[in-house]
Amino acid sequence: MSVLVVVECDGGEVKKSSLEVASYGSQVAQMLGTTATAIAVGEATEANLALLGEQGISKVLYDAEPRLKDFVNGAYTKLIAAAAQNEDAKVIVLANSNIGAAVGSRLSIRLEASIATNVVELPKTDGGKFVVKRGAFSGKAFADVELAGDRKIIAVKKNSIEALHEAGKTAPVESFSAQLTDADFADAPKEVIMQDQAGGVLLPEADLVVSGGRGMKGPENWNLIEDLAKALGAATACSKPVSDVDWRPHHEHVGQTGITVSPNLYIACGISGAIQHLAGVNSSKVIVVINKDPEAPFFKAADYGIVGDVFDVLPKLTEAVKQLN
Amino acid sequence: MKFLVCISNVPDTTTKITFTPDNKEFNKAGVQFVINPWDEYALTRAIELKEAQGAGTVTVLNVGEADTEPNIRKALAIGADDAIRVNAHPKDAFFVAKQIAAIAKEGGYDVILMGKESIDYNGFQVHGMVGELLGIPTVAPAMKLDMSGNTATLEREIEGGKEIVEVNAPFVASCQQPMCEPRIPNMRGIMTARTKPLKVVEPTTDAARTEVDTFALPPAKQGVKLIAAENAGELIKLLRNEAKVI
Repeated sequence: MSVLVVVECDGGEVKKSSLEVASYGSQVAQMLGTTATAIAVGEATEANLALLGEQGISKVLYDAEPRLKDFVNGAYTKLIAAAAQNEDAKVIVLANSNIGAAVGSRLSIRLEASIATNVVELPKTDGGKFVVKRGAFSGKAFADVELAGDRKIIAVKKNSIEALHEAGKTAPVESFSAQLTDADFADAPKEVIMQDQAGGVLLPEADLVVSGGRGMKGPENWNLIEDLAKALGAATACSKPVSDVDWRPHHEHVGQTGITVSPNLYIACGISGAIQHLAGVNSSKVIVVINKDPEAPFFKAADYGIVGDVFDVLPKLTEAVKQLN
Repeated sequence: MKFLVCISNVPDTTTKITFTPDNKEFNKAGVQFVINPWDEYALTRAIELKEAQGAGTVTVLNVGEADTEPNIRKALAIGADDAIRVNAHPKDAFFVAKQIAAIAKEGGYDVILMGKESIDYNGFQVHGMVGELLGIPTVAPAMKLDMSGNTATLEREIEGGKEIVEVNAPFVASCQQPMCEPRIPNMRGIMTARTKPLKVVEPTTDAARTEVDTFALPPAKQGVKLIAAENAGELIKLLRNEAKVI
C-alpha cells in the first residue's frame, strides 16, 4: 500500500499548491507507515519532478504523452486511476483546484473511495477513524468529516499546509503509461486561452493579493491597485459589484460566488466587507483594510486597518514598498 | 432536447452560520433558504437553450425533504416545466450523486446541468460523480455553454485561463458565471408554477461514504490595529517586521 499524490505542473514547473499537496501526502504516508508516490500531470521537466524529493516524495511517475499537457478530464482520471491501482494507493491527495476537484470526484466513483475536498489540516486517525478538517459554508465554518472505507481521496486547500523543503533530496522519475486511447481525450480542449499575465501574478496561486471594491470609483483608477500589487509582487482581485459592472474580469471576483482565496496577505481597498465577500477571503493569514468609512464592517475582520481615502493612501503604500525594497 | 437541472436548497448568502448545541448540524432556525446561487446559472441557461431550440423540456431535480418545495416551485416559476424531488436528507455528495444518476438514467436526459458547488457544503463533487456513474463526460466548471444540434461547446475554467471544449450529449456540466444572467420569476410564472407537476420519489439507495463529526466556527480575529492615514507607510513596516508577510 502507499499514498499517491497528484502533482499539477505548468510550463515545466510544479505548481506551488502541488508542493503543498506533495508535503501533505508524504506526511500522511509517514503516519500510515508507508511511502508517497507522485503522479505528475501537465507540462513538466524531469529535473523539476525529481526535486519533489524535497517534499518527501519517494518516486515520481510521469506520462510524457503530449496531449496530457492540457487538462483533459477523461484522460487525467484514467491515468491517475491506473497509477493508484499500480501503487495500491489507499490515500490519494490532490489540490483543491478546478483540476483536482474535477478529477477527484470521478476517481471517487471509479476507485470506490470516500472523498473530502477543501481540506485544511492533516488527518486525525485516533480510534481507527480517519477524520479530516475541511472548510464549509463558503469559508464561514469548518467541518470535521469522517471518511469511510478502504480508500480515501483528499483535496487540499491552497496555503493551508506548509510545504516541506528537505534541500537537496531527490526522487527517481519513472515513465508511466495508462494505455490511453482517443476515447479518453473526448473532452480535450480545442483551444486553451490563458489570461494575460504580463508581469502579473495568478490570483488562485498568489501569496499576496491587492483587491479593490466600489470605493475605487471606476476602472480607470485601477492603476493604483496595480501599482501596489506590482511593487509587492501580488495578484489583483476585486469584489462582486466591481466584476458585475465589468470594471474588472469575472476571474478576479473574490467572494462566496466567486473564487475563495487564502493568501498570506489580503489588502482590501475601498471594499465595505459584505458577508459574502468576507466568506471568500477570511482564511487569509493577514487582512488589511483601507476604507474611508470607519464603520465599514470589513474592519471587524481585519488585522490592520487604515481609515482613509484610497486615492491618498494607496500611492503612499506603493512608495513605502519601493523604499523598503 | 431533455434538460435535467439539479438544484440544492441552501441558506441565503447573508446568513450568519450557527450550529446545533452538539455542533453536529447546521442550525436552520430563522434561516431563509434559497436556490443555490450557482444552480441559478444552470437553470436559466437550460431554459434559454430550450427556448432557442423551440422544443424540449427542462426538469428540475432536488434531493431534499419537503421543506425544499418552496424553492422547487420557484424554479418552476422561473421557467422549468416539471420537477422531481427525491424525498431524503442529502447525506453527502456520493448519496446525492447516486440519486441524480438513477433519475437521469431512467429519464434519458440529454443534458444534465448543476451549479459548480453548493454554497453550504462546497463539495464541488456531485457533477463529476454523476458523470462517472453514468459513464458520460463532465465539464466543470463551465463559464459558457452553447448547443448546436447534439454538440455542446463549453468554456471550462482552469487556473489562469480557460479551455474551449466540445462534447456530444449526453453530458454533465457544472455552471458558473458569466454563463447567463439568472432570471427571477415573474407573476405569470408564479401563477403557472402552482399547477406544474412536482413528482416526489423515494431514494434508490441510502449509501453514503462520509459523515460530519462536528462543525466549528473559525477563531475570532484579535481586533484591528489602526494606522493613521497620514502615516500610511508605517503599515508596510508592520507587515514586514511584525506580521512578516512581505
